[in-house]
Amino acid sequence: MTTAVSSELPVELQGFRRVQRLAYECAEAVAARLEPGVTEREAARMQREWLRERGVRDWFHLPFAWFGDRTAFVDFRIPLQFFPTDRALEPGMPFILDMAPVYEGHTADIGYSGSLGVNPVQDRLMADLEAHRELILREVRERRPLREIYQDVDRLMVRQGYANRHRAYPFGVIAHKVDRVKQRRWSPHLFGFGTQSLKGLAADALHGHREGWSPLWSPYRFSDHPPRPGLWAVEPHLGFRGTGAKFEEILVVTDSRDPAESAFWLDDDLPHVRRWAEEK
Amino acid sequence: MTLKGARERWVRTGGVELCVAELGDPEQPTVVLVHGYPDSKEVWSEVAARLADRFHVVLYDVRGHGRSTAPRPLRGGFTLAKLTDDFLAVVDAVSPDRPVHLVGHDWGSVQSWEFVTVGRTEGRIASFTSISGPSLDHFGHWINARVKRPTPRRVGQLLGQGAKSWYVYLLHTPALPELAWRGPLGKRWPKILERVERVPGGDYPTSSLPSDAAHGAWLYRDNVRARLSRPRPDAFAHAPVQLITPQGDAFLSERLYDDLDRWAPRLTRRTLPAKHWIPRTRPDQVASWIEAFVTSVDGGRPAAVPTGRHADRFAGQLVLVTGAGSGIGRATAFAFAEAGARVIAVDRDAEAAARTAELSRLVGAPEAWAEPADVSDEQAMEKLAEKVDREYGVLDVLVNNAGIGLSGSFFATTADDWRRVLDVNLWGVIHGCRLFGARMAERGQGGHIVNIASAAAYQPSRALPAYSTSKAAVLMLSECLRAELASQDIGVTAVCPGFVNTNITSTARFTGVDAAEERRRRQRTARLYGLRNYPPEKVADAILDAVTRNTAVAPVTPEARGAHVLSRFAPGLLRRIARVEPRL
Repeated sequence: MTTAVSSELPVELQGFRRVQRLAYECAEAVAARLEPGVTEREAARMQREWLRERGVRDWFHLPFAWFGDRTAFVDFRIPLQFFPTDRALEPGMPFILDMAPVYEGHTADIGYSGSLGVNPVQDRLMADLEAHRELILREVRERRPLREIYQDVDRLMVRQGYANRHRAYPFGVIAHKVDRVKQRRWSPHLFGFGTQSLKGLAADALHGHREGWSPLWSPYRFSDHPPRPGLWAVEPHLGFRGTGAKFEEILVVTDSRDPAESAFWLDDDLPHVRRWAEEK
Repeated sequence: MTLKGARERWVRTGGVELCVAELGDPEQPTVVLVHGYPDSKEVWSEVAARLADRFHVVLYDVRGHGRSTAPRPLRGGFTLAKLTDDFLAVVDAVSPDRPVHLVGHDWGSVQSWEFVTVGRTEGRIASFTSISGPSLDHFGHWINARVKRPTPRRVGQLLGQGAKSWYVYLLHTPALPELAWRGPLGKRWPKILERVERVPGGDYPTSSLPSDAAHGAWLYRDNVRARLSRPRPDAFAHAPVQLITPQGDAFLSERLYDDLDRWAPRLTRRTLPAKHWIPRTRPDQVASWIEAFVTSVDGGRPAAVPTGRHADRFAGQLVLVTGAGSGIGRATAFAFAEAGARVIAVDRDAEAAARTAELSRLVGAPEAWAEPADVSDEQAMEKLAEKVDREYGVLDVLVNNAGIGLSGSFFATTADDWRRVLDVNLWGVIHGCRLFGARMAERGQGGHIVNIASAAAYQPSRALPAYSTSKAAVLMLSECLRAELASQDIGVTAVCPGFVNTNITSTARFTGVDAAEERRRRQRTARLYGLRNYPPEKVADAILDAVTRNTAVAPVTPEARGAHVLSRFAPGLLRRIARVEPRL
């Protein structure tokens, strides 16, 4: 499946773009319905139901919702802490919705940051994420090793005064590969992750292990290779004193020689990108 | 005497004449300052002068004190009910249409609690700032709660406050206190205040002290027993309250205010390291807290309450951090900003300093500025100190944090290397302490200096001869300065972090190797520090804790604590560790 991308690019990408848009629509719809007292569990369920109603049957991972200082993963020690809790939303609180639906065999993985009312700290974080989106694309086009790009993102965060919070994700990943998923009637999930998607990821990991690359974009040695063609769900996550912000969207990497063709964001019409454009 | 430019008037009420002084523009919000025992309104002279350009400041001598007349007979003439009559008479005279902002110190605060909790003053008081004087009713309930459920801790609190109240028992003896005050005690009191309470001398206390103190004994005799035995059950404050607690108060335990939120729902807490007479010893801080509180209440908007650690201690204070463009310095600036302090971020890198200042404002600093300066440059530091003094004021907290790393064998370390590391790590601290510390000491209202040393200050190592030497010097400098400044209530802390994940590793110099090897070692150390992953934010928290506790030496990180203990009990072991050459 990983190799299929280059040959039938446009059609394939249409599907991925459609599901990514759907996911962001869901995030915006759910974010608009959030009000004081809504808990993380309820927000996660709202995302799930919204997408189910629109035909999503399988997930790369089930929707997450983080409120307050959980947006910056304060005191997260074990992965179970990522799962939604009964924390209730309060005015001014930042929140992050993160979901990865599979629709018609295409996977999306998105992250949407917002706050209930005004939160100047998170606004600032979101504004500063723009530089990361640019940096990542530029360096991927330069075919720099993923591990080095990771470190450059780190350095930019430190310079901005923020902490790297994607470090808290499993394997500390800033991105991971996503792919087409076979649609089965029964699609169970394991610790919140769809088994079909996990299977794809495991197959990639196995291939990669033999060929010297990894579907996980991490700070570790196994990511010390140039960007691998395919679809990468990139999720830089900034944290600043109990407030976190991230975006997550798909970066398309191809084996084209033309730099502009070699890597591009799947869709530039996303809430955070529109926001940056408006601010200018 | 000291109330320059005050307009005086006399208010007649309940058989006494009260001497009332007014300063400032009567159109501005009215702030009424009520003095304590044994004092007269002149105790407020310093604070009143600082408030006068923004507010209509009103002071009056409580009946029997200063130039106000005493009731006849004295017994029964000082009940809280009568004091409330006096207050209302004064307020009706000076601000008939608008409610006033009330500030009380010592007995002035005790009676103000009565004013702010009785029904007949409702609508006449906009806010109340209480300094070192609890409500007798709250005090009574506090005692009752501890007597009824005497857990060991509560018994301890009871005994502690009981011991601090020794003078209250003495004041209940007949005639003796009057004799003492009109005799030798009255004569010696100014010296006692100066020596024990560190109250600056000069024209305070006033010459009326013996009669103030003699009459004022009736404040206690008329009220204390009656209220403590039968405290009012409904003593709820009907105005927002700001509580300022001096931590070194010899007469009142901080624990008295533990349950205060129950009685005053809109409570803002402030603490400061000082003794009882803060209107004399800390006028700047007291005036600025009063001003901030009155302004926020008057503005009708709930003040943005800083939520960070120790916000009660640092709100509104002026803090300067060197090396604030990254690492521990930046995290420290943010931690102070979160506590509501005004932050000056100093760094060689102007852009990084500006970023720190900008984010500081975002997390809660009412004001934050960036000042680019190289701490090793004496002239630049002198200019900075002048500018800070001129534009921002005298520092309350100085954090000398800027430092650089240098690693390599002693013989590979050139004279230039030595100069560079000592210039920044030691001379930077010296300049900071000298220039800013001098102004702090000159002001005479306390302050704190934090010098960031390192665990390397007491852990020898063959890999860090120059760096460790510079840091050991900083440690000893801090200890000496602490001794010298102790008499002026300026604390000095040396903070000794171990391996903290900051970019000191990526700027550190490695001597005796070529450029490629140096780069490799930098990357390698950065990686190791990254794996250790002790965040600078934790060091910042430790710095704030150390300032509030006035710690002399504060090792941060487990390895720094461990080495600190070993340096005292098993220095031989540390010497053996020092011989190990780290493989980089």
